[in-house]
Amino acid sequence: MKKTFGHKLTIVYVAILTVLTYVPILLTVIYSFNESKLSTVWNGFSLKWYRELFRDSDLWEALLNSLILAGSSCLLAIVIGTTGALGMHGRKSKADKAVAGLSLMPIMIPEIILGMVFLAVFSFMNLPFGMLTLIIAHTTFCVPYVYSMVKARLVGMDKAYAEAALDLGATPVRVFFDITLPLILPAILSGAMLSFAMSFDDVVISIFVTGPKVNTLPIKIYTKVKTGVTPEINALATIMLVITALLLVGAAFINKIGVKEKSEKGERK
Amino acid sequence: MAKQSQGRKVKEAKGNRLLVLPIYIFTLLFVGLPFVYLFLLSFLKRAEVWGVDFTFTLENYKRIFSPMYLGNFADSLKLAFTSTICITLLGYPYGYIMARMNKQWKKRMLLLILIPFFTSAIIRLYGWIIVFRSNGVLDKILMGLGLTEKPLKLLYTYPAVVVGMIYALLPFMILAVYSSAEKLDYRLVEASRDLGASSWKAFWTVSFPLTLPGLLSGVVLTFVPSMGLFFIADLLGGNKIVLVGNVIQEQMTKGRNQPFAAALSVVLLILTWLILKLYRNIAGTSELEGIF
Repeated sequence: MKKTFGHKLTIVYVAILTVLTYVPILLTVIYSFNESKLSTVWNGFSLKWYRELFRDSDLWEALLNSLILAGSSCLLAIVIGTTGALGMHGRKSKADKAVAGLSLMPIMIPEIILGMVFLAVFSFMNLPFGMLTLIIAHTTFCVPYVYSMVKARLVGMDKAYAEAALDLGATPVRVFFDITLPLILPAILSGAMLSFAMSFDDVVISIFVTGPKVNTLPIKIYTKVKTGVTPEINALATIMLVITALLLVGAAFINKIGVKEKSEKGERK
Repeated sequence: MAKQSQGRKVKEAKGNRLLVLPIYIFTLLFVGLPFVYLFLLSFLKRAEVWGVDFTFTLENYKRIFSPMYLGNFADSLKLAFTSTICITLLGYPYGYIMARMNKQWKKRMLLLILIPFFTSAIIRLYGWIIVFRSNGVLDKILMGLGLTEKPLKLLYTYPAVVVGMIYALLPFMILAVYSSAEKLDYRLVEASRDLGASSWKAFWTVSFPLTLPGLLSGVVLTFVPSMGLFFIADLLGGNKIVLVGNVIQEQMTKGRNQPFAAALSVVLLILTWLILKLYRNIAGTSELEGIF
């Protein structure tokens, strides 16, 4: 393609917008190394907010809670979403359609409604608010991600592979583990990754369904930011940012290796 | 042979039926029933001290139609419209251009977009507080350039909230448009160019209609959540901007009026449903493009 003036302009546009999205993030990182408690002045480089952060045992507990919560909801979503997508694939029943539609509802509506509904229902049921209520609520909005990803993958999948295997005498169980599962695995993993991130990040729903004793990291940050700006949060944000970036780059890298292996295998054939 | 494969199909179908059990049970129990309860709750009275009094009333819905709460709905819709328009104008070209990049750059750009997308929304908003606060980074830059003389006090204003909304929801639009534009067969555009269309005309008659599904689903994916993101209005707007989301949250916690919060939620749900229905009618599909 020729590099026209218009083409250059579009690149400049994308570059500017991308840089802008990173401005608040970069500022957070810069100020996390600020000696001063005020984010309006720069008093020189310091690691003291990181030191303070590591001493804050509440934050560690919140982090652990967040990991347990995101991990469990993500695992439950993998089971429910994958079996659901597999079971409903290729059937045209009205009940299936209704349930599938209903299962997508949690991510189609404003989050606050979901949080409000669960608070009302759990208090009606007299369920103690805490990790259990958090996991139930989070699983409801994690399932749709896994379900939709796997479903989309199944729709785009060539039926011929499974049919060929069946014709060659493989049992349905073997077909599932040897053909279907490897084909849908990327969809399961990306759905799981998305739902983990969504759960790990959630404030709105968590605020409603958590108990007085259980804090997740986003709730902790939210209350801290609301009560006043502390430089500790800058440090925490920086650490979370680095972890996210590493995870994503890592996932992209693994993907690359996977693609390479596949193409190598293809060549061998 | 035909019989054999039929028998196999029956077997498969049987296996499938058991597989749907988890999603059936979970969805009916934890999504279906709660929403039935929400609906019922919206017709009940609040108890004197704590909880719900199980007597039928239409009072909650009447209360929504008082000027104060109608005003909250109007404000929420206005903010949702403003942010969605800004997000569309910013995000559509971005997603479209991204889809035209080469493979390597596509991957890099996706990563660049996903990193902030996957970090906590609160943390990202916190960065804007640093930017907007009085004597903050933006004030310093503007004053340094001599554009303004004193701090602008941008934090806790309407524009700050709009920026927060754009920032939180822009990735949804970009990803939706991107996934739609990626599928676009660019040879169609080239063909129309070869036949004499200007690049502007080729875009509006070929590319735009073909990427419209992505654009529309981006609109839904930004409009719907923007009505409920109460913490953005909370953190960047102070107490000045009260959205339906903020009212629901307040009624559930400080107000201790669950039935009224339920009625507000039902109205918000109906609004959401209308938007999705509108989308279905225009786009001709209920599937949303982008993250799915």
